Amino acid sequence: MRKKYLVIIYSISIFVFFVLYLSLGKNKVYTTQDNIGKKIAEVQLNYFDIDGEFNTKEISNFKFTLLNFWASWCGPCRKEHKYLVELSKNSNLKIVGVNFKDEKKNALKFLNEMGNPFSILTKDPEGKKSVNFGIYGIPETILINNELKILKKYVGPINSKDVKEIEKIINK
Amino acid sequence: MKILSLTIVLFFSSVISYCDENKTYEILKNLRCLVCQGQTISDSNSDFALTIKEVVNEKVEEGFSKKEIYHFLSDKYGDWILFNTPLKKNSYILWFVPYVLFILGGALLYLVIRKRTEKTK
Repeated sequence: MRKKYLVIIYSISIFVFFVLYLSLGKNKVYTTQDNIGKKIAEVQLNYFDIDGEFNTKEISNFKFTLLNFWASWCGPCRKEHKYLVELSKNSNLKIVGVNFKDEKKNALKFLNEMGNPFSILTKDPEGKKSVNFGIYGIPETILINNELKILKKYVGPINSKDVKEIEKIINK
Repeated sequence: MKILSLTIVLFFSSVISYCDENKTYEILKNLRCLVCQGQTISDSNSDFALTIKEVVNEKVEEGFSKKEIYHFLSDKYGDWILFNTPLKKNSYILWFVPYVLFILGGALLYLVIRKRTEKTK
């Protein structure tokens, strides 16, 4: 009988250890990587400096699209901007910018200083439309194909490694 | 008569607005602020929390149900945004293991007590 109890206690201990091992080994940094493979939300975004709206459905007209959420007040956006300018030279890619909770005057100054990599520039002055894309801080960048499928999602500024990864995908 | 109907209209509109406020508060209390340390969206004043508060307010005004709002947000940010994890295939263990352990513990306790009483007899 004593042996039976020991077997039960050991089995429970192994189970608890296994559960703890699995949960502690998990990455605790929150990401929205679950969105990869999903279709991009259909949202109407106002153009930055002209009247009218850009529908994210239009992304299907381009081979690959990089949807970048940025603002002039965001330091990391300044850091990643040169990589966006570099990527904008690739003919397989269109970069759609979403100017996030920003002042028009400051955003224009930013683009004049740093260059404009955006084929299409839109704005989300209240940040509410960006919720549809799972954005929780900027910069964030989403790579989408012409089937409107999310291929990659970068939270935080992109770097040279990300540029290589994006180029590898779009040059296939 | 006019005053009476005006009072009735005002009364019902205030009841509806109170219910909406309550519903919004309940939803915001169950949402995790993703950029804060263990705070709910309701308690946080971060930029992200303020945006989500506005989005939830709008959805409530548009007549979305609680379930629909939770579904919308968990679709965009994952189940991590919800404090009450929904019952799904991958969360069965989380929901049922406490009950299984409780039953097993009870059975074990019963066996031990029965064994001891048998011995004393």
